[in-house]
Amino acid sequence: MAMEFDNNLPIYLQIMQYIKKQIVTGTLKAGDKIPSVRELAAELQINPNTVQRTFQELEREEVVETKRGLGRYVTSEESKIMTIKKEMAGELLERFLTGMQELGIEEQDIVTIVAEAVAGGQSSQHGNEQGKGGPEHE
Amino acid sequence: MSNILELNHISKMYGGKRALSDVTLTVSPGRIVGLLGSNGSGKSTLMKLAAGLLHPSSGTIQITGKPVGLETKSLVSFMPDRPLTEKWMKVRDAIAYYRDFYADFDEEKAREMLDFMKLAEGDKVRHLSKGMNERLQLTLALSRKARLYLLDEPIGGVDPVARGKILDAIVKFYDEDSSLIISTHLVTDIERIFDEVIFIREGEKVMQEEVETLRLKYGKSVDEMFKEVYAE
Repeated sequence: MAMEFDNNLPIYLQIMQYIKKQIVTGTLKAGDKIPSVRELAAELQINPNTVQRTFQELEREEVVETKRGLGRYVTSEESKIMTIKKEMAGELLERFLTGMQELGIEEQDIVTIVAEAVAGGQSSQHGNEQGKGGPEHE
Repeated sequence: MSNILELNHISKMYGGKRALSDVTLTVSPGRIVGLLGSNGSGKSTLMKLAAGLLHPSSGTIQITGKPVGLETKSLVSFMPDRPLTEKWMKVRDAIAYYRDFYADFDEEKAREMLDFMKLAEGDKVRHLSKGMNERLQLTLALSRKARLYLLDEPIGGVDPVARGKILDAIVKFYDEDSSLIISTHLVTDIERIFDEVIFIREGEKVMQEEVETLRLKYGKSVDEMFKEVYAE
């Protein structure tokens, strides 16, 4: 499995993100069994206790549930998965906004830049190179 | 639950030279601990003391609450930085040697590990590359049913790919009820398998910390901390 860890950040948080991402993108589906601690630890070459901690946190957040004697499963509630998706999108957005604000870009300009980037991204899929660079402001 | 390993104010002198100085530490069950330090910092000395191969000049050491001695030899499996196997041996002789020597040797596990490590029983030990020899030594050490495993520089002489294989094997085959102490000065590749790290410098313990706490508290990798501690 290809997973690059950043050794400067707690590993369990990174694995939590990784599993959540697999859930929202549908790689892991609602009600799917997730790997055991041992399997995931061996696969990612990390400490089993770290994986254990990841699973505990995911259980606390009700993203996964343990069925006694059977193992751990992705929550079967679709609404929960939507919530995770919204949360992850929210975190991305927040980081983006913080970054833009740090660059000193005004709120309404951020909206324009995003709108143009989205439009530009769509048209470049059709072969047109336009909308690059965004607007210049004095 | 009692600690797997306990060192109380351990000092060790070699002649007039001080190798360890007033080291106190504990390791609880189910932990993978990195023992980090540059060459000559006292890592091997600490391991040999815990294995009962050396006696401390002062202080006490306990394994699962028992003082180090004959009784604790069966609780500790030590992988030294120099192989214990003899030159004439084939891999199968090395396995037989360990089986005869240690009542707790799990031959089935050893064969499973050999397979995983891609070692053949007919291979001559002295024809093995350094990396393959490390795999064999690790197989022998982890195939004992011990409470404490001491691995002295298990990834000392191998390339990054082979290192990955050894880390795989450690995670896959270590026993969760026991503890593992791994000494190394190559931190980057291995830090993700540690629960906690102990830094020793010039025979003194400078830090013992959970690795996730380290990352959370300082936003630093173990490797960066290591470089800071040993900077001067």
